[in-house]
Amino acid sequence: MRLKKSENCLASEVKGAVFAAPFVAEGGRRKRRFLTDQRFGYLLLLPALCLFGVVIFYPVARNVYLSFQEKSITTGMEAHFTGVKHYLKIMTGDARFRQALGNTVYFTLVSVSIEFLLGLGFALILNSSFRGRNFARASVILPWALPTAVMAMAWRWIYHDIYGVANDILLRLGILKEAVAWLGKVPLAMHAAIFSDAWKTTSFMALMLLAGLQSIPQELYAAASIDGAGSWAKFRYVTLPLLRPVIILALLFRSLQAFAVFDLIWVLTQGGPGGTTETLSVYLYSYTFRYLNLGYGSALSVTIFALSLVIIFVILLFQREEVELG
Amino acid sequence: MRGKKIRVSILYALVGVVVFFSLAPFLWQVITSIKPSAEIFSRPVRYLPSHIDWSAYLQIFTRHPFGRQIGNSIFIACVSTFLCLAVGALASYAVARFRILGGRSFLLFILLLSLFPPVVLIVPLYEMVRNWGLMNNWLALIIPYAALNLPFTIWVMSSFFKQIPQALEDAAKVDGLSRLGILVRIILPLSAPALATTAILVFIFCWNEFLLALTFMTRDTSRTVPVGIAMLSGASQYEIPWDQISAATVLTTLPLVAFVVLFQRRIIEGLTAGAVKG
Repeated sequence: MRLKKSENCLASEVKGAVFAAPFVAEGGRRKRRFLTDQRFGYLLLLPALCLFGVVIFYPVARNVYLSFQEKSITTGMEAHFTGVKHYLKIMTGDARFRQALGNTVYFTLVSVSIEFLLGLGFALILNSSFRGRNFARASVILPWALPTAVMAMAWRWIYHDIYGVANDILLRLGILKEAVAWLGKVPLAMHAAIFSDAWKTTSFMALMLLAGLQSIPQELYAAASIDGAGSWAKFRYVTLPLLRPVIILALLFRSLQAFAVFDLIWVLTQGGPGGTTETLSVYLYSYTFRYLNLGYGSALSVTIFALSLVIIFVILLFQREEVELG
Repeated sequence: MRGKKIRVSILYALVGVVVFFSLAPFLWQVITSIKPSAEIFSRPVRYLPSHIDWSAYLQIFTRHPFGRQIGNSIFIACVSTFLCLAVGALASYAVARFRILGGRSFLLFILLLSLFPPVVLIVPLYEMVRNWGLMNNWLALIIPYAALNLPFTIWVMSSFFKQIPQALEDAAKVDGLSRLGILVRIILPLSAPALATTAILVFIFCWNEFLLALTFMTRDTSRTVPVGIAMLSGASQYEIPWDQISAATVLTTLPLVAFVVLFQRRIIEGLTAGAVKG
């Protein structure tokens, strides 16, 4: 019965019975139907599922479990059940968490907005034709490709209060009267971090939007010209609406990455001065590993996970059914 | 005619601004790395060195285990990329050809997975690495790197596999090739360009990773380069050797600069894969 099924399958797949006939016999002789296509598929998927299991699924589950436990140096790294104590503290009694949440939201909103505007500008410039376009495009990719942590050191050097080139340029231009400690002063440090982040991540935004621009058919612009549309009208009524799905996807990626920012802040300021640049990831990391408080760290992890879900949900609300992923 | 000329000049000026903005921080590192150290610490800032001084490049190898760290980075990034692509290619083929685990919704699910902040995994991973005695062990980075880059790999590869015509596989089947044979002899060779694109991006991600490397590699000689550079310190804790840092930065980023120059198109293709087609 099974053999017959495979014969049918083969015969129908190969159009023309003349061709099929000799092979059907061969396929029939081979008794390999234990491994159906579906089982074969799962077998191929197995290594990937194992990796996901060890590195993602188990840790997420373990986080949820640990978040209801007390486990730290003070408990001798033994786990004791504490119920929702950690979550209660996060929601009501953790001022540092609230500050970090505020910092992260501010960082994400400002940084992603700047990147989006810069990225759109870069994409529009790169989309026009000029000599040296390949070189310009390679330059724009470069910040994306360089390691964030390493370039954060480069930015620390640029922002250096005595020998930094940022101070030097601004002093020479007469914009600053005296040198400034960019990473040591309260409103400045956060904005210096945002500027560095914008430098690093505008690349990604620009490349996504450029790809989006290039997928817009030229005929639409020709048609708009015939209808008497100027440059602004073309941008507003042709480019933007057609770019919308790409914009939403790029904003989704970037908002979540900015919300998770760690490398840049860790190397630039470690959260200082006075915790004013401490983001949620940095707080989670430094708190967990200073006191090896894994229980509370897990509760913070679950909270950050949940907040990320909220971001995904909010951004996808804008999408409705317009964006087709994939 | 005049208006056009002005518009062209404005365009080139804008391109100049874009290129300068993108390259300046990196170029400043290059200049710092070849300055004699007296000129690094001078006020006002000297923009060009009086002569080229390579001593910082020597010092990172003699005073710090930078050579060792480069070796660690190369090994870990290569093995992780290979593991990720091997596992990812099999999984992508399964997702693309056999309708399992809901096919498309499975893809969306793993794409969502890659969006979550990696820091939320750090506590349980730290526990595991500690319990299994894997601190300072390459495996502590290789396995997570392979796993964390899988969603991206599966996303790109499966969309590529779907474009390979089914008729090709049917023909191979008719010629008596087994399903594994089809995958290894037909599909994988055909997907060499997509595999290369994915490999370049995964390699860059592994090379640049910081959070896990910072946590699991506590010995100076086990570290990868990004962590090594961020932790580079001078004679005292507060003295930061900026000349050596810039030299190390230039050496670390050189392979990446080469990648960007050589594989510009592939990188753009991989980054924007799936985003634009709609």
